[in-house]
Amino acid sequence: MIFSFDLLMNAIVSGILIGGFYAAMASGVSLSFGILDIVNIAHPAFIILGSYAAYMMNHDFGLDPILTSIIMLPAFYALGAGIYQIYYVAFEKRGQESLRGLAFFFGLLFITEVTLVLYFGVDYRDVDASYIGPTLHLANIDIPLRIAVPCLVSLLLIAALQLLLVRSFIGRAIMAVAQDQLALRLMAVNPIRIKRIAFAISIATASIAGAFLIIIQPVEPSVGRDYIGRIFAICVLGGMGSLPGTVIAAMLIGVVESLTSTFYGPSWAPAVSFGFLLLTLAVRPAGLLGR
Amino acid sequence: MRTLPFLVISLVVAGLVFAGALAVGNDYIFFAGYVVLQYVVLSTAWNILGGYCGYVNFGTGAFFALGAYSTVAIYNLIGKSELPHVIPIPVLMLVGGIVSGIVGFGMGYLTLRLRGAFFSIATLALAVVLETLIVNWDYVGGSRGAYILRPENAPLIGSYVRYLFLTMLLLAVGSLVIARLIERSRLGYGMATIRDDELAAEASGVPTLRVKLIATTISGALMGMAGAPFPYYIGYLQPDSTFALDYAINAIAMPLIGGTSIWIGPLIGAILLDSLQQLITVTISSAVNLLIVGCLLVAFVILAPNGIVGLFQKYFRHKDDDFVGRRAVSLDEPGAVVPSDSSPESPA
Amino acid sequence: MSALLEVDNLSKRFGGFVALDNITLTVPAGERLGLIGPNGSGKSTLVNCICGTLRNEQGSVRFDGRPIDGMPAHKRTHLGLARSFQLPRPFPSMTLVDNVRIPRLYTVEARGVHRTVEEVDEHCHGLLREVGLEAKARQRPRDLTQVEMRKLELARAMAAEPKLLIADEAMAGLTHSEIDDILALLVRLNENGVTVILIEHIMSAVMSFSRRLVVLVSGRMIADGKPDEVMRNPEVEKAYLG
Repeated sequence: MIFSFDLLMNAIVSGILIGGFYAAMASGVSLSFGILDIVNIAHPAFIILGSYAAYMMNHDFGLDPILTSIIMLPAFYALGAGIYQIYYVAFEKRGQESLRGLAFFFGLLFITEVTLVLYFGVDYRDVDASYIGPTLHLANIDIPLRIAVPCLVSLLLIAALQLLLVRSFIGRAIMAVAQDQLALRLMAVNPIRIKRIAFAISIATASIAGAFLIIIQPVEPSVGRDYIGRIFAICVLGGMGSLPGTVIAAMLIGVVESLTSTFYGPSWAPAVSFGFLLLTLAVRPAGLLGR
Repeated sequence: MRTLPFLVISLVVAGLVFAGALAVGNDYIFFAGYVVLQYVVLSTAWNILGGYCGYVNFGTGAFFALGAYSTVAIYNLIGKSELPHVIPIPVLMLVGGIVSGIVGFGMGYLTLRLRGAFFSIATLALAVVLETLIVNWDYVGGSRGAYILRPENAPLIGSYVRYLFLTMLLLAVGSLVIARLIERSRLGYGMATIRDDELAAEASGVPTLRVKLIATTISGALMGMAGAPFPYYIGYLQPDSTFALDYAINAIAMPLIGGTSIWIGPLIGAILLDSLQQLITVTISSAVNLLIVGCLLVAFVILAPNGIVGLFQKYFRHKDDDFVGRRAVSLDEPGAVVPSDSSPESPA
Repeated sequence: MSALLEVDNLSKRFGGFVALDNITLTVPAGERLGLIGPNGSGKSTLVNCICGTLRNEQGSVRFDGRPIDGMPAHKRTHLGLARSFQLPRPFPSMTLVDNVRIPRLYTVEARGVHRTVEEVDEHCHGLLREVGLEAKARQRPRDLTQVEMRKLELARAMAAEPKLLIADEAMAGLTHSEIDDILALLVRLNENGVTVILIEHIMSAVMSFSRRLVVLVSGRMIADGKPDEVMRNPEVEKAYLG
């Protein structure tokens, strides 16, 4: 492989951009797994759901996908709240989360995926938007807008989430519920309600991440499976619940994947994030910025 | 019942099953039955780590594939011209089992110090890493896949698929015997303490890491053994379908639906669920099949967390449902294995 | 002669919070040690560090003359260190007898003491009898009251045939006569050679049982000596009365 500086720079830049998008996908899991300790491995399936919602609106009404995802936020929020309620009653209350709760989400992953297959088929779907075609050229670096725009919006999204967590009452209650439920109760705040809100927010992020996904690449139902490991790897590497950590970890993984793909071939790229995950778990389970 | 009588009875039952299949007169039953038996092994193996210890392994597909690809590697090593049954299936199973067992041990060593949730995620990661390694290893065909020539016949038995069925039948018996043996032994109780409360288990003197490693190794080895004959069964092996998460969901759903606390749970789950899946695949479509598995899994974990066995618990509960009772009671003693609810014995 | 338990400059932090600050403690064999302190003073953290459930960053622990730093908890139990948990942690899927049997199967066996299944069973029933739970031997922990669960905790710790037993608030919620029963049990254990560390809030129990008293406040040891002297210590008074 001829090593050229341009190639290297392009790989790094595209890695960073893709990393921004990965961060959006992982932000939901940062909330549900990092903070609430709920192993929602079905999260990618909800992202795909978001992608298909964006596809339908774009295909039938010409709506911009990101706009669609924002309109769909309440629906996804409600879905998240409903799922958490079931999860709480069936598993958390009974103390069964580790085995049966996990199996529950795994089942949801399949149900969602197969329902999409039955409804939409296995063909790849994509969307049209004004920023999907063009590419910016800065010096010798190509910046495809279809990746840059989601990256930017993703960073905005995460900044908003971080603000919510740190400044608002609900946000701080969410951080508190992870640490001390009893104290919350003593303040007359129902921890179950807080957790439900947090989980609902986490699923809501999937709506937006889904729109990003289908902007960046064509989507078919099983695409979600490729992202399960990436998302959890980013969450763990980023320190379990630290949103800034998630962004850094996402970009790190994005860059390493990009470099691997460029210089060693794309068939090695999937192993990158998982290799990272295994390494992190073995060496420093608290992650880069972890508690 | 002690293990030896159980083994004998199981072998007799297996013999009857084989004879019954022969009597049907159509090789299709062997093709279909092989898959059912394969899932009996996979779900029993999964349950040793998942049901007994409480550690969820999502990488069933990876261990299964390791067994399959060991066979492919040996097949390529021997050379495609040699008659494959110079290497009989049981030997391939042994190799597959050893390879998967070692990987299981290694994975366990790296990840079992972590909390259960991290362990599960790590198993996902491992599955993908393994798949990537295999896909990039041209010797076993890489992403193009690998072809295995299945011989027409096996000596004495007739068509080769009958031979495959028979070996998988014996492996199924073996895995059930192993699971039951573990369940009734001190090791099984140690595993239960880990599932119940790992911290308290450590404080009580249970060497939790060692027990978990044993479980992971046995579980991985059995999965590898189930995968070893697969290339001969299917003829053409593709990485993405072999490593698929579909194996994982089946290996998880079957014990959870059948019942995780006892050896017969995965057996029931595998037979019922796989037969159902084969029926649906033939009558409706294979996509609907996975939907049904997902729905059943979700329904059972919410509504019947102890599985089918749990629903019929009275009939499966031992009279003396504790360590002494399980070891000491034998079928010969009058009044043994009588359905009862746990009423306290009168003080001695 | 070296003491049974030697804790040397042990410190434990959780992030920025110092839970234990340079604890040094020596417990000779046969001692009846009481460990008291306000809630949150670090008593359970100290127990966790001694028993290996938590890793301390600083300091060392020696048990029976051997350094046990870094040793996993189960090995420490094999060596003869046993504890009951402050919030009971029974094994919910097993009967009471089996709960008590686990330490016998795994700890006593590990020391090379081989007993038949029947002998072990008899011992387990005996232990349950001592704490008054034999009638419920075949039931499961979910059928127990909070108080009974504490007794089960104690029985399970005793089942490990320890040299040193740490009883972490085993008596909370018990009636006077139940407290007396447990105290008598601990005294009997001690007379049979088991060193006991009693962590309690019930002062009457602590005072009557302990021959020596250690007081922990905010992670630091502020007193260590004879019970009456310690209780007259002004710092101790301040800690309790504010």
